[in-house]
Amino acid sequence: MQSPWIYVGIFVLVGMLIPIAAIVIARFLAPRKPNAIKQSTYECGIETVGDSWIQFKAQYYIFALVFLIFDVETVFLFPWAVSLNKLPLFAVFEGIIFILILLAGLIYAWKKDMLEWV
Amino acid sequence: MEFWNDPITTIFNSLLKSFTSGGMSEGLATVLIYLIGILLFVTFAMVLDIFLVWIERKVVARFQDRLGPNRLGPFGIFQPFADIVKLLIKEDITPVGADVIMFNLAPIFSMMSVLLLWAIMPFAPKMVGVDLNVAMLYLVAAGSIGTLSVIMAGWASNNKYATMGAFRTVAQMVSYEIPMVAAILVITVLSGTMGVVGIVEAQEFLPFIFYAPLTAIIFLISAIAELGRSPFDLNEAESEIVAGFHTEYTGMKFGLFYAGELLHSFTFGGFIALLFFGGHRFFGLENLGPIVGALIFIGKALFFYWVIMWVKYTVPRIRIDHMLAFNWKFLTPLAFILLMVTALVGRLLLDSVWLVPALFLSNVFVGWMTVLYLKSHERKTREAEDAKSAVPVAQH
Repeated sequence: MQSPWIYVGIFVLVGMLIPIAAIVIARFLAPRKPNAIKQSTYECGIETVGDSWIQFKAQYYIFALVFLIFDVETVFLFPWAVSLNKLPLFAVFEGIIFILILLAGLIYAWKKDMLEWV
Repeated sequence: MEFWNDPITTIFNSLLKSFTSGGMSEGLATVLIYLIGILLFVTFAMVLDIFLVWIERKVVARFQDRLGPNRLGPFGIFQPFADIVKLLIKEDITPVGADVIMFNLAPIFSMMSVLLLWAIMPFAPKMVGVDLNVAMLYLVAAGSIGTLSVIMAGWASNNKYATMGAFRTVAQMVSYEIPMVAAILVITVLSGTMGVVGIVEAQEFLPFIFYAPLTAIIFLISAIAELGRSPFDLNEAESEIVAGFHTEYTGMKFGLFYAGELLHSFTFGGFIALLFFGGHRFFGLENLGPIVGALIFIGKALFFYWVIMWVKYTVPRIRIDHMLAFNWKFLTPLAFILLMVTALVGRLLLDSVWLVPALFLSNVFVGWMTVLYLKSHERKTREAEDAKSAVPVAQH
């Protein structure tokens, strides 16, 4: 019963409840008189041309890919870091080789000019 | 005296006794007490948030040689309450073509991602919401809900500026998560645990700032980038993309983004205090009791909140290509080199008196080598540019 995740679960619910309450209270207090000009997309007074859901730079996608390599691999590093002091010295070198392989991926992307903002 | 030594457990036990004596099952009573406790805790966070707004406005005024709010109450301390009333009675506009559900969910998620971090904030070893054994992973995971809320807000607004701001933010937050995770890994290596209470206990002898000074700087920089505060606030660069992802938000929804950002800064101030400055410890003063420890922790968190503000109002905004290059070509390799050095030195000198001096000196060495490398790299690029520009001059 004393599971910490029950506590976290209740925290998620309360954490959503408080902002929802703020928005709901504002909905009762605030005026609501929508009109077409007020609701139009704000672009510094210039009329919107075309669709707002535009194409975006592919560069963002490449950075997300490089991020993905690191993010997945760091999950493997956490158990290694926790039990490092109980492991034999050999495990430290194994971890270091693992990180070096990770960094090799980064250097590959670097040499391929993937990290340049073009 | 029992209350003074362990207030949370004492209140919990006495409430549990009175609830179960009324015929309630123990499980239901526990959940109910958790609910009451969390409601009080979150309310405390929100009240603190109101004062953070006041502190922020007062400090920025001082940095810019102004007075700041000074009309309502002593030193204008009631100004944020007036602000809240104003935000509540402002009209809530949903732009035409917006994805209404996403548009409304985004500010809620933004606030929730910050409040979730409070579940593991260790004010004192006995005053922590929950001592998860994977607290550091939880910190990173809860932080990425904030990223999600930004892309939701930007995409749902049906506004070009908002979409652009959201893309920039996601690229930034996602990139700076890597050095932050590496810094957390260094702390995990040093303390041998991912739990917050374990990390505080591991700093009984010396705070981790002496073990890993460079990592502390990396963590501070990536925390500022995660917060999206200046110099990394190009997700809301006013002169380029109006207000970025929250351009279309008005009233209380904007207020939630704003309050979430300030509370996020304070929370990260608390985590810097926890990871590198010994949490609730302050020269033995914490032995007076957990309540004193909690006050010390809040004081430290406020200090680092102020440091983040200090950086924000001193450094100008950087360009997006510089920002990404700084992360991927400098911070990430440096953070991983530090992780390797710390793991190796820490494991070789385990339980030795030379551990702290060796780690400190290895940090100094790595920092020195980095500066030397940067200098030579800078000189090479300058010479290459000089050589390039010198040729047409010679032909004249």
